[in-house]
Amino acid sequence: MTESFDILVVGAGPAGIAAAVRAAEAGRSVALLDDNPAAGGQIWRSGAHAPAHARAWLARLESRDVLRKQGWRVIDCPEAGVVRAERNPGQPLPGTGKGPIEQIADFRYQRLILATGARERFLPFPGWTLPNVMGAGGLDAMVRGGLPIGGKRVVVAGTGPLLLAVAAHLAQRGAKILAVCEQASMGRLMSFGTRMLSEPGKLWQGLGYSLAIGPMRFKTGCWPVMAHGQDRLRAVTLRQGAKRWVIECDYLACGFHLVPNTELAALLGCRMQDGFVATDGQMRTSVPNVFCAGEPTGIGGVDVSLLEGEIAGLAAAGRVDHARELADKRHARRGFVRALRQACALDPQLRSLAADDTLVCRCEDVGYGRLRECSSWREAKLHTRCGMGSCQGRICGAAAEFLFGWGAESIRPPIFPARVASLAMLPQQPATVSGSREAAGEVSHTIKETA
Amino acid sequence: MSTAHEVVVIGAGIVGAACAREFAVRGLKTVLVDAGVIGGGATAAGMGHIVAMDDSPAQLALTSYSQRLWRELAPQLPDDVEFDMAGTLWIAADDEEMGEVHRKHEVYAAAAIPTEILSSAELARVEPHLRPLAGALLVPGDAVLYPPCAAAYCTREALRLGAEILAPKRVLSAGAGRVKLEDGSELTAARIVNACGADATRLIPELPIRKRRGHLVITDRYPGMVRHQLVELGYLKSAHSTTADSVAFNVQPRRTGQLLIGSSREFGAEHADVNHSLLAGMIARAQAYLPGIGELQAIRVWTGFRAATPDKLPLIGPWPEDETMFLATGHEGLGITTSLGTARVLASTMLGGTAEIDASPYLPSRYSKNPGNGTNAPDLKMEIPSRQQSHA
Amino acid sequence: MHEKKQDISLTVNGAAVTVSPGTTVAAAVAMAGAATRTSVSGEPRGPLCGMGICFECRVTIDGIPHQRSCQILCAPGLAVTTGSGAVAPMEAARTP
Repeated sequence: MTESFDILVVGAGPAGIAAAVRAAEAGRSVALLDDNPAAGGQIWRSGAHAPAHARAWLARLESRDVLRKQGWRVIDCPEAGVVRAERNPGQPLPGTGKGPIEQIADFRYQRLILATGARERFLPFPGWTLPNVMGAGGLDAMVRGGLPIGGKRVVVAGTGPLLLAVAAHLAQRGAKILAVCEQASMGRLMSFGTRMLSEPGKLWQGLGYSLAIGPMRFKTGCWPVMAHGQDRLRAVTLRQGAKRWVIECDYLACGFHLVPNTELAALLGCRMQDGFVATDGQMRTSVPNVFCAGEPTGIGGVDVSLLEGEIAGLAAAGRVDHARELADKRHARRGFVRALRQACALDPQLRSLAADDTLVCRCEDVGYGRLRECSSWREAKLHTRCGMGSCQGRICGAAAEFLFGWGAESIRPPIFPARVASLAMLPQQPATVSGSREAAGEVSHTIKETA
Repeated sequence: MSTAHEVVVIGAGIVGAACAREFAVRGLKTVLVDAGVIGGGATAAGMGHIVAMDDSPAQLALTSYSQRLWRELAPQLPDDVEFDMAGTLWIAADDEEMGEVHRKHEVYAAAAIPTEILSSAELARVEPHLRPLAGALLVPGDAVLYPPCAAAYCTREALRLGAEILAPKRVLSAGAGRVKLEDGSELTAARIVNACGADATRLIPELPIRKRRGHLVITDRYPGMVRHQLVELGYLKSAHSTTADSVAFNVQPRRTGQLLIGSSREFGAEHADVNHSLLAGMIARAQAYLPGIGELQAIRVWTGFRAATPDKLPLIGPWPEDETMFLATGHEGLGITTSLGTARVLASTMLGGTAEIDASPYLPSRYSKNPGNGTNAPDLKMEIPSRQQSHA
Repeated sequence: MHEKKQDISLTVNGAAVTVSPGTTVAAAVAMAGAATRTSVSGEPRGPLCGMGICFECRVTIDGIPHQRSCQILCAPGLAVTTGSGAVAPMEAARTP
């Protein structure tokens, strides 16, 4: 089954939502694909609990004629102008639910906007594979998905503004935040702090988070060195300088920076720069008719993602001048984010947390000691099976890059595990009408650049 | 810098690594060179199926000999080689193919390879996820393993026995006793072995080797779903053809519980990108035998390049155009299986002594412009007495 | 607390669990006190990334293994089992 659109947006986080809204407002036929049950990406996931501006954007999206495909994951690009997506099982069936459940479909586009977001980097340390040790965003997502957190004792650790946002949100939901441990030292953060004075809104936000948590509980130059427990987490050993102490807790929410989801961009052949998708001021990638917005172009957080999404949506819809107007704002925001990231650069001591028997690859249970014997990512994959499991090296690859300096290899489809039957789908002839909507799927016309 | 060695093996895939190990066992001062990761070429891309294959008597002789060597080596193999005597089931879809099963049974019996004919009901009992079929030939002596770790094992053994490994080091040219490396250094050796598989023609352009690309899919873990390597009888037709693109049902259970789904063959494809329609055909073929396989999670898809010769037999022995050059290449889809046998045959041919099987069908001289120069090994074997050393 | 009309009932390892709409299967498994899967070396595992990337949240739903539970919403009557994968999907597809 193939559906055709002027503009296809992959990823319904802030960037994708903004792009879809702008493109639809410009009169294009737009489809928005996302692999989660509901829109919002990681940060806006919780619908009713989402902040006011998130709800405003979602309302704007709902009011537009955008074809929404939640629960669909892009696995391949079988030919130019086509992405292939597979449906998550268990997604609510649309409409009457009559007929066979469509599980794989091709989407044909004139222009593609990649808004695939980012994932957390996890660093291995003894005990990190225990149940209830999660990412910071990971625990946050689980809570948004209904995990009860009221009354639970939580240690938040790792690096970056995500920690404070997560801790504040969890506290709001009734969690007992025992500590927020930022690995960056106070000195590094202070050097960034003066920068914050040029962004009063951010400063207030940061202070707001800290006040909710309590200043005593925010620790710098601090990270977990061991997680304790048998069947699940019971306690965490934290280290700050020469000090070590154990905190009993129910959850450890721990993530070390965000890593961009660039697999789809790589599959399409987009040029990369320092691990991010290279784009121009209009969010165009090096591949014709492919745009990229949000975290994959550089970790920037919600505000930058929204801006870039708007720029990409406008530019893809041909509204070049309007897109240009927003470009300056984006440039200013990026500078702020770059400085913050530098302040939070990972402490080299984090490379020494893993013992030889600490697992690095969780899919294939490969320990740090075995990886130390390898001299490249390829050698590690072939000789230890690290990175050859279901996650396709997403989790262990980011860790291995930090631990050993190993770069990733070239990408192949499927970019996510998919049903074997989905791989047997032949490239389709273009269909002009989509099954469920009349407005979308009109014969595509060339999109001309307009003011 | 140049150092005189007794043999330089170029290519540390399963074949080159096995050869290096064999030479080291026999006491030769050996260097093994590879441009990348040990076992990183076709060795990493292939299925790791150790199979007695009867496309021709010479093929059956080499594969069954080599298969025996693998079984003898098995107790010494480390766990990560994942050696498993899974056996092969040659599947018959109809009565005509059942006739072929009986014929194969006779051929294997004559070669002293134990096999068992399974009826439709017996086949369904041992492999319940196959659709109803006519029956099969069970070859219990066939095995599966994980090839990159097997190549690493052979390489470590070679090292332990005194060989030198140069990797990653790219060879620019080789011949007349000299091997030039990309870093500017040079090795001199009495003998050079081209074990470069599908890349063998880079060093010797006139070799009759063509790349024959294949696709594989690996699934997530479904322990116990398939117990034997399952191959349709049409596989031989697919492997036999020298022209057409083809697919054939070939599924392997790995010890992890993952399934490897193959197989496909195409000529003329030089790049690694997946051929979507050939992949679709390969999977459709697999679904025709294992109807539920479409519902399994596929984790990865990849391609690899087999080194194919016109007569489907490998090139093992001296290359008549250059008296220092020897070949151990052209193994098509049987490199894993025949690696150990290749190493023994090459060592015997190179150094004298009785080979356990007749080496003549594999001699490269059959493709040389000057066959007369190569039917016997050159005088080199007189110059350097081979020092027999017992297996350590 | 009285059960709202729209609460969803499912089972986790045979035990009944009731959740509000919009709850993920991963959350339901956690509420049932179970680990989602057992690793290849036998460790109990639970969700890590919460976004369908780490594959630690895999469970078997209605006989189909390797389902990423953090991206699947609970539906009435789902039968969720945790631990290693089952053989079921091909059982279901076997033609008579």
